[in-house]
Amino acid sequence: MSAASAVFRRELLLAARRPAEWAQPLVFYAIVALLFPLGIEAHDPALKVFAPAIVWVGALLAALLGVERIFRGDLEDGTLEQLLLADAPAPLLVAAKLGAHWLLTALPLVVAAPFLGIALGLEPLAVKVLTLSLLLGTPTLMFTGGFAAALTVGAQRAGILLPILVLPLMTPAVIFGGGAVRAAASGLSFDAPLYFLGALLALTVTLLPFATAGALRNAIE
Amino acid sequence: MPIPSLQVPRLQVSGLAVARGDRNVVEALGFAVAAGEILHIRGRNGAGKTSLLEVLCGLRTPAAGTIDGQPDAEHRHWLGHKNALNPALSPDENLRFWCALSGHVDADVGQALQRVGLKAQRHRPCGSLSTGQRRRAALARLLALPRPWWFLDEPLAGLDHAGIDLLAELLDAHGRGGGAALVTSHQPLPQGVAGVRTLELRS
Amino acid sequence: MWTWFHQLASPPTFYRFADVLAPWLLGLAALLIGVGVYGGLFLAPPDYQQGDAFRIIYVHVPAAALSLSIYTLMAVAGGIALIWRMKLAEVAVVAAAPVGASFTALALLTGMLWGKPTWGAYWVWDARLTSELVLLFLYAGVIGLNQAYADPRAGARACAWLALVGVINVPIVHFSVTWWNSLHQGASILSVDGIRNPKISGDMLWPLLVSLGGFYLFFGAVWLRRMQNEVLWRERNARWAQQTVAA
Repeated sequence: MSAASAVFRRELLLAARRPAEWAQPLVFYAIVALLFPLGIEAHDPALKVFAPAIVWVGALLAALLGVERIFRGDLEDGTLEQLLLADAPAPLLVAAKLGAHWLLTALPLVVAAPFLGIALGLEPLAVKVLTLSLLLGTPTLMFTGGFAAALTVGAQRAGILLPILVLPLMTPAVIFGGGAVRAAASGLSFDAPLYFLGALLALTVTLLPFATAGALRNAIE
Repeated sequence: MPIPSLQVPRLQVSGLAVARGDRNVVEALGFAVAAGEILHIRGRNGAGKTSLLEVLCGLRTPAAGTIDGQPDAEHRHWLGHKNALNPALSPDENLRFWCALSGHVDADVGQALQRVGLKAQRHRPCGSLSTGQRRRAALARLLALPRPWWFLDEPLAGLDHAGIDLLAELLDAHGRGGGAALVTSHQPLPQGVAGVRTLELRS
Repeated sequence: MWTWFHQLASPPTFYRFADVLAPWLLGLAALLIGVGVYGGLFLAPPDYQQGDAFRIIYVHVPAAALSLSIYTLMAVAGGIALIWRMKLAEVAVVAAAPVGASFTALALLTGMLWGKPTWGAYWVWDARLTSELVLLFLYAGVIGLNQAYADPRAGARACAWLALVGVINVPIVHFSVTWWNSLHQGASILSVDGIRNPKISGDMLWPLLVSLGGFYLFFGAVWLRRMQNEVLWRERNARWAQQTVAA
């Protein structure tokens, strides 16, 4: 357990050392979400309709930005092989690393979501559901992104493979997240999509670290 | 520095085959290493030294054969080509992390760094250190966490004369203290290390 | 029986086994597909609602069924490859992916052609179509991942991990029509209700089953051939491989 917290704290320390790297996804997210109203007329009702998708896709793209870096640095400086050789179970260390990344990259998005939602014209209930859906869905985005990053970090000719891999894995979260907010905005029941997001969260956070650790082990062979 | 007792006194290998890509670089290899012994694995570039060491340490699985007495994570150190030092962190921070990872938060990182001659640089980011200094910082990890089995891959690379002498001292002290080490190097090991046996890999 | 399985795992033994089996599978597949398609196109009566448009079912359903089955087989082979580090299982994963992708694309395409006259739209973003599209992307990911690795064994193992994680999409595709309101019709054959009270008339059903069987045999033949190719390439430095090519 102390090993996991050591990994967790190290990620935070590294982010503190390189704040520009850490802030990049957040700035990107804000740009994406705020530029949309500039493209559409200010009080256009269409903005409200597209707001859930705008915020959710913005979150997905921002998560995608940071994901490539998660394991590459560790692979290049030799930390990865040491982590895999350590006594602590690799899936636990992977989960700690991805958890730290969620805290650094995704939690700011969740905190910024209400402001963005209001700026895009959503009603208070829809804003609440938006924030909740992001809270439930961003860990899924982070953990599936981490899995895809683990698959490509060992590849020599990866190119743009990472986005292709990530897309089918992240699609369900975006569908349910956007669906929940749309339902709330239309006055319909939004329980089901939120439950699905919760189920995805439970599955990815518990099971994906094992697959991610396996893929990392494969990467250093 | 006292070394915890070897978990199993002997590492025994028989019929070992090591693959790299789709070829076997090592076939039907058998040998044993016991406490106090330093095994020098030598061979030309591409002979399979690193792959063999990775298999012996447990980083990769062998293509065939058995390894008995392989030490577990608590009883081995792996020093690969890369130093496992994050360039944004100082040697002190890096070492503290590796100690915390094994649960030894009270390890004497300062003394280890002093022993390898990095007292002045211990709080500078590793990215600003020279290659030799970074290699020494990696060696400091071996001292901060005393463990019986050392797997060192080309440890002489990047070290100057003083660094090579330092490594010789550390290896000698380790062997005399009851530890064992497997070292790959295409150069001969420095003088002054007792108990060295050589395994030559021919490609 | 396990010794036979173990022997089969050796590449040269598998190569000879596949060389013998594949032509039979292909021949039988041609026969069944021929009979099934003929029956479907000419013998089955026109549907009272859709007329002759429904006949695309004889290609669409087998393609869709195979897209799911192939991914499942890929995941099983992937599991075997990772647990037992079996070379042949790795080859099985990598060889199956392009075939599965092709069948998925075929299913989506024939579905679109069928959707236009019956639903009025080429595409709707309902659960089944979306999850089938996700399946196509998963296949593309497996193919791309294999190409991205320089070491074929490491690449195949990475594909095995992706296959294992993505297999959760297969039951989602299958059950999507029951779990969500979908434009797509429910399971007519492969459900408990569908087997007890067949929803599809007998003279339309038999060509479908025959066609389905033929497609599966066709996949078997193509998979064996692709695996043979892959094995031969990977083992190209071995004596048995060079002798086989020289012969």
